Amino acid sequence: MISLSDVQRAYGAPPVLACAGISLTITPGEFVAIVGPSGSGKSSLLNIIGTLDRPTAGVARVDGLDVSGLDDRALSALRAHRIGFVFQQFHLADGVSAVDNVADGLLYTGVPRARRRLAAKGALDRVGLAHRLDHRPNQLSGGERQRVAIARAVVGDPPLLLADEPTGNLDTASGTAIVELLDDLNRQGTTVVVITHDTGLAERLPRRIALRDGRVVSDSSGES
Amino acid sequence: MTAPSRLLNRDVLRIGTTGLRTRPTRAVLSALGIAIGIAAMIAVVGISSSSQARLNDELARLGTNLLRATAGTDFTGKQTTLPPDTVGKVGMVEGVERASSTATLPVSVYRSRLSDPAATGGLVPMVADRSLLDVVSGHVRTGTWLNPATSAFPAVVLGSAAADRLGVVTPGTQIWLGGNNFTVVGILDPVSLAPELDRAALIGEPVATRLFAFDGSPTTVYERSADEAVERVRSLLGPTIAPQAPSGVEVSRPSDALAAKNAANQAFTGLLVGLGSVALLVGGIGVANTMIISVLERRREIGLRRSLGATRGHIRTQFLTEALLLSALGGVFGCGLGAAVTAAMALTNRWPFALPAESLAIAVAATLVIGAAAGLYPAVRAARTPPTAALNS
Repeated sequence: MISLSDVQRAYGAPPVLACAGISLTITPGEFVAIVGPSGSGKSSLLNIIGTLDRPTAGVARVDGLDVSGLDDRALSALRAHRIGFVFQQFHLADGVSAVDNVADGLLYTGVPRARRRLAAKGALDRVGLAHRLDHRPNQLSGGERQRVAIARAVVGDPPLLLADEPTGNLDTASGTAIVELLDDLNRQGTTVVVITHDTGLAERLPRRIALRDGRVVSDSSGES
Repeated sequence: MTAPSRLLNRDVLRIGTTGLRTRPTRAVLSALGIAIGIAAMIAVVGISSSSQARLNDELARLGTNLLRATAGTDFTGKQTTLPPDTVGKVGMVEGVERASSTATLPVSVYRSRLSDPAATGGLVPMVADRSLLDVVSGHVRTGTWLNPATSAFPAVVLGSAAADRLGVVTPGTQIWLGGNNFTVVGILDPVSLAPELDRAALIGEPVATRLFAFDGSPTTVYERSADEAVERVRSLLGPTIAPQAPSGVEVSRPSDALAAKNAANQAFTGLLVGLGSVALLVGGIGVANTMIISVLERRREIGLRRSLGATRGHIRTQFLTEALLLSALGGVFGCGLGAAVTAAMALTNRWPFALPAESLAIAVAATLVIGAAAGLYPAVRAARTPPTAALNS
């Protein structure tokens, strides 16, 4: 699913390396946690995996395609059809109902609106929010908002789900529910990559990749 | 290979209105600049075409077949007079239907014998043919026109401006004309085709001959001919009236003067159109400004859309659509406003309402061009925003 080989991402001048040569492989169906302190390059790594950013050196292959060889249209197509994103700040549109927020997950796939909304209802049902279809984000709790965001990420059944601190803004109970939800999705075959500060959460996942200063310092699957 | 990112046209329109729906006040205010510019231009076009329509109506009513021949100056610069039999000769020109004349008298007219002799008020006593009113399409406001009886006695008909300046409101009033008391028998409405009659005090030929030794030489001849004969008659009038010095006769077509006056008004509207286009330009800058702010504010939304699979082109299209809709909103509102101003103007001046449909179409097209120009830079900027930077802001 994902194969990185000596990936570097440099910012500014003189260049500061957020990713200083990362090599790793994630196979389809894995559930991976990326852990590490602030500034260790977790988000930069996730952006590269999610094709929102390109490596400045090294080769990144996502879904079998070399990211550096793809133009904007091809990368956007990859994101539209193959990758779902979940963010710490949810990034839901205010003033728009939950079902329409989720339906926007299919906006750039060319699916007509009626079918998008139908799929959105199904996705909200999967995350346990079938009773919250017409609620607006400000009428929902933090945990519910994140579940709406997850529903939006998976409404198109992408094979790869990327989550950046999905529980970072939530209390423990809501966070646990979100992790269970991600676990469910993973069991249904979705490859899930989660960035987290939460060591308790990371402990429960089958594979943990620890970063520090832009390098992989430990990879639990490699150790076992 | 993955299927490409696609955004349906319906959805382009829907997300293009997001900014307008979520921030209606800002949308209205920034569209207002465009609206004012368009309204100014539409109103200018509408008012000038309405006044043109009024002129056309008036000309259709008065006729454009009136010609006026006056005694000019000869080549030595001396004032000439027309021969006494001019009206008769003009009446014999082929195509002429009716002819009439006036003759300026070398006397002055006052309210009473006690008036200051220098205060002539620019009023001109004239001898008038009884057929004059009919030929120039004049109307008597109050009283009567000269008839065979009143022509023989000191009776006078005043033009509208002359009546105003002399302070005469009702017939029966006595005025002091050339050292004699004259009784006002009628007051005319303004005569559009012969405005010189507005300042005239018109008396009959017999009384002029008796009191002022009038020799029968007219100074101005008016004639009506068939519409198609006007140009031919025009070229024949000079040689007919004064075969020995045709250039001493000035022939003019009063309806041309009316049209020229309107053309002068049109020149003034050019200035207003210029002002309107400045307002339009400022409005366009306002839209560009609003769009740039909108792009800065919505960086997170842009980042999210990119993560959902939007290409740079999709983002560009979204913001360009928003700018276009914003200006189109202003354009449509401005058209309505401009039409309303025109209608109000036409109503108060009793003009017919006239607004060329193509001017509305051009106005809306212009707003779309402005919207595209104003939205291009913000849209390109939005599309260039890196998705990661946009999401982390």
